[in-house]
Amino acid sequence: MTTGMETVAVNKSITVNAGRERAFAVFTENFFTWWPKSHHIGKADMADAVIEPKVGGRWYERGADGVECEWGVVLAYDPPARVVLSWHLQGDWGYDPDPARASEVEVQFIKETDDRTRVVLTHRHIERHTMPEKVAAGVDSPDGWGGILADYAEAVA
Amino acid sequence: MVSRSLPFVPTYQLDALGALGDPTRRAIFELLAARPRAVGELAKELPVSRPAVSQHLKVLKEVALVTDSAEGTRRLYRVDPRGVHALRDYLDQLWDSALTAFAAAVEREEEK
Repeated sequence: MTTGMETVAVNKSITVNAGRERAFAVFTENFFTWWPKSHHIGKADMADAVIEPKVGGRWYERGADGVECEWGVVLAYDPPARVVLSWHLQGDWGYDPDPARASEVEVQFIKETDDRTRVVLTHRHIERHTMPEKVAAGVDSPDGWGGILADYAEAVA
Repeated sequence: MVSRSLPFVPTYQLDALGALGDPTRRAIFELLAARPRAVGELAKELPVSRPAVSQHLKVLKEVALVTDSAEGTRRLYRVDPRGVHALRDYLDQLWDSALTAFAAAVEREEEK
């Protein structure tokens, strides 16, 4: 059962043959080595993709032409347990810094044995990507957009 | 043949976001996000004519942001959840392939 704005989410789980530390390191430090190369936003081919290892760090790609494109921000970085990233890629694949229109990717690394780790990924708040700009300004008004958003969340549930 | 990189989201999403770039369409979408409304109600609340509202609704329907249904003698418009659900389905598939590749990368690391 989910509530509020978490109604539109993707939930994934995969078990990998490695300890938590290794699994976390491959996901974050080696992000570029496994991310599908066809999925990028820059004009040129992707030359690198980086999750900076700290809260507030950048999540970005660098194209073969040297141009860097933002994907999001590191919201939590707790090796080897979890990493949370904001996903600021909008419909036109520009970077929108407004957190009200960004979704969120949380990845948890759960120990099964010393050399098996369950990786649980949740991409939540996907509905925020279709939110109009004005919503961001009024969310804290209880009779205003907060209520409207709650209705919207219910509508898409 | 030059291979093009795949965009992150399907075209409808580009269209949807593009459709909301128009201030009047955005205002209509916001009103419909609050509650379903008929064309006449929307026209009353906005500084545009009823035919103009209808035209904007047509665009919003085409990009799956808005849907309509007959309620008695009038037609009610509401936010269409399929647009956002399609985006979710897309991200669902994206993470499937990404995590499969991730698991393979972990195995490669372990072999080193």
